[in-house]
Amino acid sequence: MRTFEYVRPLDVPDALAAHAGDTATAYLAGGTTQLDLMKDGVLEPARLVDITRLPMRGIFTEGTALRVGALTTMEELAADPTVERRLPLVREALLLGASVQLRNMATIGGNLLQRTRCRYFRDPGVAACNKRAPGSGCAAVTGPARMHAILGVSERCIALHASDVAVALVALDAVVHVEGPEGDRSVPLTEFYVEAGTRPEVEHTLGHGELITAVEIPRLPETTRSGYLKVRDRVSYEFALTSAAVALDIENGMIRDARIGLGGVGSKPWRAAAAEEVLRDAPPGPAVFREAAEAAVTGAWTVPGTEFKVELAKRTLVRQLTTVSEVAP
Amino acid sequence: MTFTPEVPPAAPDSHPGVAGTTTAFTVNGTPRSVAADTRVTLLDALRDLLALTGTKKGCDQGACGACTVHVDGRRVLACLTLLAQCEGREVTTIEGLSRDGRPHPMQEAFVRHDGFQCGYCTPGQIMSAVALLREDRARTDKDIREFMSGNLCRCAAYPNIVAAIRDVAQRGGVDADL
Repeated sequence: MRTFEYVRPLDVPDALAAHAGDTATAYLAGGTTQLDLMKDGVLEPARLVDITRLPMRGIFTEGTALRVGALTTMEELAADPTVERRLPLVREALLLGASVQLRNMATIGGNLLQRTRCRYFRDPGVAACNKRAPGSGCAAVTGPARMHAILGVSERCIALHASDVAVALVALDAVVHVEGPEGDRSVPLTEFYVEAGTRPEVEHTLGHGELITAVEIPRLPETTRSGYLKVRDRVSYEFALTSAAVALDIENGMIRDARIGLGGVGSKPWRAAAAEEVLRDAPPGPAVFREAAEAAVTGAWTVPGTEFKVELAKRTLVRQLTTVSEVAP
Repeated sequence: MTFTPEVPPAAPDSHPGVAGTTTAFTVNGTPRSVAADTRVTLLDALRDLLALTGTKKGCDQGACGACTVHVDGRRVLACLTLLAQCEGREVTTIEGLSRDGRPHPMQEAFVRHDGFQCGYCTPGQIMSAVALLREDRARTDKDIREFMSGNLCRCAAYPNIVAAIRDVAQRGGVDADL
C-alpha cells in the first residue's frame, strides 16, 4: 500500500477544506471498500480524510420522508423502527447485504459509492480495464465472467454495481444530499448514477471532493406492500446473482402504483421503469407479471457467462411480484 | 569475491513527515498509545505492535471474519479498520473475554461442544458469537447461522459452533454464571 497522510476533521467545512478537490485525496468512512482497494493497489490516495467523526449520523423524520445521515451504518438503518414498519424492502436489502461485522462498519453514504466487485477491476495485474485504466479495454468481456452486469453495459465494461440497498433506494426515489466546495445540492438517486456508456470510469455525478451528507428516503404509503428478494449462490453472505426490490400499492384488485429496482444486473442500481409502466393500472397476476419482467430486461447485453441472468432476473422479479402481491402463482 | 545482496532502497515517503500517527485507545480495558505508520490496520497493530496474537489474520480483505473484534461494543473487522480510526475507541479482543482467570462462557461452550477443528477461525467465531448474543439474535438455529455467516470455518465445524452458541443462549446468555 502506498503511504498516505491521514487527517481526521471534526466538521463538514473542515473535511471539505482538507479534501480541497485534490485528485490524490479520498474520503474514508467505513473503509470496507476504500481500504480493501488500497490493499489491492487499485486505489492509491496520498491523503485520506477520515470523515467518521463528522456530525452526519442518525435517522430523522422530515415530513413524509426519513432523513438518514450519511454516516449511519447499515446495521443502524436496518434496526430503525420506521424502516422496519414502513420500508421492509430497505430493511431486507440491508440485512441481506453483508455480514453483521461489515454492516456495523459500512455507512449508507459509503454503500452508495461502493466500487464494483469485478475481479478484473480489482486486480491491477490485469491490464485491460476501462474503469481502472480508461482506454485499456475490458478483460471481463473476453475472459470468464459471471458476477457481471447485463443492463446499462457494452463491450467497453460489464462491471456490476453490487449494492443491495441502493436497488431499494433507487426504486423509492431516494434523494442524495451533497455538500461541496460550491455549496449544497440535492440529487435524485435515479439521476445520481451514470451508466457505463462510453466512459466506464465515470460512475456517478458527484464531483471530486463533494461529500454525501444525508440520504432522504420517502416513506411508502401505509397501503403499500414491499420486499426484497435476493438470489445467490449460497444462502447467506454472498453477492446477488439477481435481486428485485418491489413495492406495490394494490387497491380493489388493481395495481395503483408499482416501484421496481433490480440488482445483480446493472452497471448502476437499476430502476425498472418500463416494468412499472406495464403493471400500473393492471390487475396483478402471472401474465402481467411476466410481461413486466420481459419489459424489465429489454436491452440486455450479455457475454456467454452472463446469458443466464436474463431469464433469472425475469423469474426473480416475477417471484417477488407474486410474493408482494400475494397473488397465487 | 563476496556476494553482496543488493538492498532495495526504502520506499520513498510521498508526504514526508506526515505518514506516522499516534493513536490513543483502550484495549481490553487498558489504555494504550501506539505510534505507527498510517497504513497500519487495527489487526496488524494488535498482533505485531501489542503482541495480542489471538486475533487472527485470515483473508485480510474483509471476507472471512477471522479478525473479528469489538470496537465500542460492536463486532467489526480489524483488517479493514485503520489503527488511526480507533482514536478514543474501546477495543475488545479474544484476550479480553476471560473474567477472574476463568474462560468466558462462550469459550467454555466452544470447548464443551468441540466447536473447532484447526482453531484458526475460533477467536473470530467467539467474538462474533458473544456479540450475537448481546444483539439478541440467537433465538433459533436458523438465526444463529444467518447472523454468524460472516465468520467462515474452512474445517466446517459449523454444526458444533451452532450447538455451542445455542447452549450459551439457552443457559441465559453471556452474562449468566455457567
